[in-house]
Amino acid sequence: MSASKLHAAGVLQGGRWRWWEVVLWAAALASPWALSSHSLIINEIAILALFALSLDLILGYTGIVSLGHAAFFGMGAYAAALFSKLVMPDPLVGLMVGIACATVLGAICSVTILRGTDLTRLMVTLGVGLILMELANKLDWLTGGADGLQGVVMGPLLGRYEFDLQGQTAAWYSLTILLVLFILAKRFVNSPFGATLKAIRDNRLRAMAIGIPVSQRLSVVYTVAAGAAGAAGALLSQTTGFASLDLFEFHRSADVMLVLVIGGTGWLYGGVAGALVFKLMQDTISAITPQYWTFWIGLFLVVLVLVGRERLVRPWTWFGLGKSSNKGGKV
Amino acid sequence: MSAESNTVLSAQGLVMKFGGITATNNVTLNLHKGARHALIGPNGAGKTTLINLLTGVLQPTEGKIILEGQDITQLAPHQRVRRGMVRTFQINQLFDTLTPLETLAMVVSQHRGLGGKWWQALGARADVNARCEQLLEQFHLTSVMGQETRVLAYGKRRLLEIAIALACEPRVLLLDEPVAGVPAGEREELLQTVAALPADVSILLIEHDMDLVFSFAKRMTVLVNGTVLTEGDPDQIANDPQVKAVYLGHEVPQASTGAQHG
Repeated sequence: MSASKLHAAGVLQGGRWRWWEVVLWAAALASPWALSSHSLIINEIAILALFALSLDLILGYTGIVSLGHAAFFGMGAYAAALFSKLVMPDPLVGLMVGIACATVLGAICSVTILRGTDLTRLMVTLGVGLILMELANKLDWLTGGADGLQGVVMGPLLGRYEFDLQGQTAAWYSLTILLVLFILAKRFVNSPFGATLKAIRDNRLRAMAIGIPVSQRLSVVYTVAAGAAGAAGALLSQTTGFASLDLFEFHRSADVMLVLVIGGTGWLYGGVAGALVFKLMQDTISAITPQYWTFWIGLFLVVLVLVGRERLVRPWTWFGLGKSSNKGGKV
Repeated sequence: MSAESNTVLSAQGLVMKFGGITATNNVTLNLHKGARHALIGPNGAGKTTLINLLTGVLQPTEGKIILEGQDITQLAPHQRVRRGMVRTFQINQLFDTLTPLETLAMVVSQHRGLGGKWWQALGARADVNARCEQLLEQFHLTSVMGQETRVLAYGKRRLLEIAIALACEPRVLLLDEPVAGVPAGEREELLQTVAALPADVSILLIEHDMDLVFSFAKRMTVLVNGTVLTEGDPDQIANDPQVKAVYLGHEVPQASTGAQHG
């Protein structure tokens, strides 16, 4: 009996770190140094990965579909940029302010996703995103309106590391914040709390019937995800020194969902893998054909969904397996 | 008065109207401590409506529900669960992407007030793991504890359905047709498990399978058209002419196959 007790504890250790994860993160943190001329895109990938990670918390783990996640991204970005412009230029304090503002907004908006079906929720999240964009547009005395918020100057990180033109400091900064929030997210989803979220995703009726306070859980995870999205937005405005209405745009909410679909929902690395593939494809293809890169992204998505992610990453299964069942990847 | 104080769950004069239709009409039902009470009746008698009223999915038009001396009529479903009343479902309601072990660890954690903890790992608490081990053993799920629930055989899923409810440590357990649709090969395991449920848990069984009802129940209530037709011990019910009439001549105690899905 004692042997099987150990077994149960072992089977439940979903939060353990595996060797390949350590290698992956070491490689990621070394990349701004090893590929210093590509620091700008590394920074962008880290930010997109964090944004997608935040969406995964609500979409992948809790089953809330959202097409308005850019609202929190934009909120974090503007809050951090305004803070550095009007109050003080310290990046970490600015990041905290960005996260705090997005979290508060998330808490307020969470009441809108508690009721209704997936479709009504999709519409509500979309609407909130549009409202926020229009607000940023109208409050032009504060936000700069359609011209964007110019003249955001960042102080040195920790008072020591200046943001350089090549973007190395920025890339390290974003990667570090991504790693910190990833570690927190990993604890979060592998905890009893995270398990109740998965239960709500799988079967809301039964989740209620075993005493899980479903509405409260949904509010909390939506708020947390909003805060993480705010962190991603803050990183973007801080490292680019600019915030514009484009941050609230619908395409940003849609892109981040694409990223998650590419990488896979519900395993945290989906956002990281998706951001890597999406950004590299965007970068490579748009260098070849600047006008039509979305065509190739679209084609890739169609192939991904029809063939399935599982088979796409295992080329040796492509041929001679006509009789095997058509196993699509979980999207 | 000794019977009164012994009552765990009491539904008093429940009425449920859907528009012009009265689905439940003045139903009074008392469940004693440690009861093995069966609720039977033909399809459309209002058994499911009564369960939904008791668990709080529906609000009664009239009447009261008392759980261990406290009026719970106004409480939300999850609050009733915390007070010790838990149900199972006629159609499995499981968490398909979780394994049985994860499912039970989640339920036990939630029930022990750890559901809000986010910094601990799910398998970090030895007492939770030990309880999961017990439940897996008790419900013959140890061999499949690491498989995703959606790939389990129907009988195992049915066992997990009840295990989830018992993991909530109920004082009152409402079993909604626990053996419905279970193939013959997996039936015995399930029947034994149901028979071996803890004696201190008061159980209300809703069932069409008369074999199970008569082997399990010490007391029975017959519901017809939303009203209590009669209540009594199994012998009384088996010999009640009214009950026989309702079941259209089925010899109630022996009607094991014919009435199973009737």
